[in-house]
Amino acid sequence: MSILKIALLAGLIVCAVSVSFTKKLLTALIIYLSYSTIMAVVWVLLQSPDLAITEAAVGAGITGILFFVTLKKIRAVDEEEEHEP
Amino acid sequence: MSRKKQDYEHSFLYHFRQWVAGNVDPLEGTMEIRVPQKKAAETVAPDLKQIRTVYDPSKNKELKRFNRLYKASSLLLVLLLMGVLIWAMGFMPEIGAEAAPAHNATAGRYVEKGLEETGAVNFVTGMILDYRAFDTFGESCVLFIATICVQILLRVDKDSSWRKGRKTEEAEDSFRPGEDVVLQKVSTVLVPLIFIFGIYVILNGHLSPGGGFSGGAIVGAGLILYVNAFGFEKTERFFTGKTFKIITVASLSFYALAKTYSFYTGANHLPTGIPLGVPGAILSSGLILPLNICVGMVVACTMYAFYALFRKGGF
Repeated sequence: MSILKIALLAGLIVCAVSVSFTKKLLTALIIYLSYSTIMAVVWVLLQSPDLAITEAAVGAGITGILFFVTLKKIRAVDEEEEHEP
Repeated sequence: MSRKKQDYEHSFLYHFRQWVAGNVDPLEGTMEIRVPQKKAAETVAPDLKQIRTVYDPSKNKELKRFNRLYKASSLLLVLLLMGVLIWAMGFMPEIGAEAAPAHNATAGRYVEKGLEETGAVNFVTGMILDYRAFDTFGESCVLFIATICVQILLRVDKDSSWRKGRKTEEAEDSFRPGEDVVLQKVSTVLVPLIFIFGIYVILNGHLSPGGGFSGGAIVGAGLILYVNAFGFEKTERFFTGKTFKIITVASLSFYALAKTYSFYTGANHLPTGIPLGVPGAILSSGLILPLNICVGMVVACTMYAFYALFRKGGF
């Protein structure tokens, strides 16, 4: 197993664990999107480029957009920004 | 004469044609989920002090005990599940082992005869749109049903009181995000490239990695970027609910008509009469290319419809 693969798999585990320990919804969402991006690279290394394209487009792209819109609708993004300063 | 006309205006066919033409929306006023307005007398102010004492673990001993039991039992359950899964992993065949159940005659047949029988250089597409076309049909229908369910939950009527009440607020501005100059300039360059890449992925589904699903998702993402940059007025010139209905229903019907015969004959192929062509050419592998286009259009429409419904409750 090469160093790249080990680093990617470790990144997957770190992302998966840190999503459940994050309190802020927006931060958790961005970590989840980075999980999908790493997963797309892992699919390429596992020699399944079909899945990699789908993962990058659906997992890291459209799911993220829908989550962002939902967070805006329930005003989770705005409220957090108000509390920050 | 006049009576005949009256009858026609009350007939089912007339209503159906009006619905197809988009003049009448039978869902208008009946689908939207509204929050019932409370009367002032019905709302009783909750006793906050009592609620706080009940839910404070330091004062409520039963709750404290329950919290401890809950944590201990959930930890036990998770550890038990982990143990079972790790124990079951020991029985799995080694990766690449010859005796593994995944290495049966089916996979060998796909690899050996796939190119000859389907004409697709990309085995994966040859498998999902020829041997396993029924599964892909089901997946496309799942996307269609998902759009309908989102519409049931998130639909907002055109003359809804919710929308009217909000028009004065700044929330209405979030429907029209077309003022950002940087986003507009960047998307002027990017959106055509994204569309071309998505169409390339769809059309080359049988030659290179990709296919209807991933290509459709890319085109849908391009549409969403376009909406974000220029607002819904621009997209509504070429993409409305009517377009969505026509494209989705036409694609799914074509898929069903093109493939149903093999579903009913137990996947025994009748010759389609379409030549398989030279493997590697763009016009090859029979029905796979049109089916890829169908799946791609359904997926792209679904993605855009999701976004529009999430954003403003209709399209």
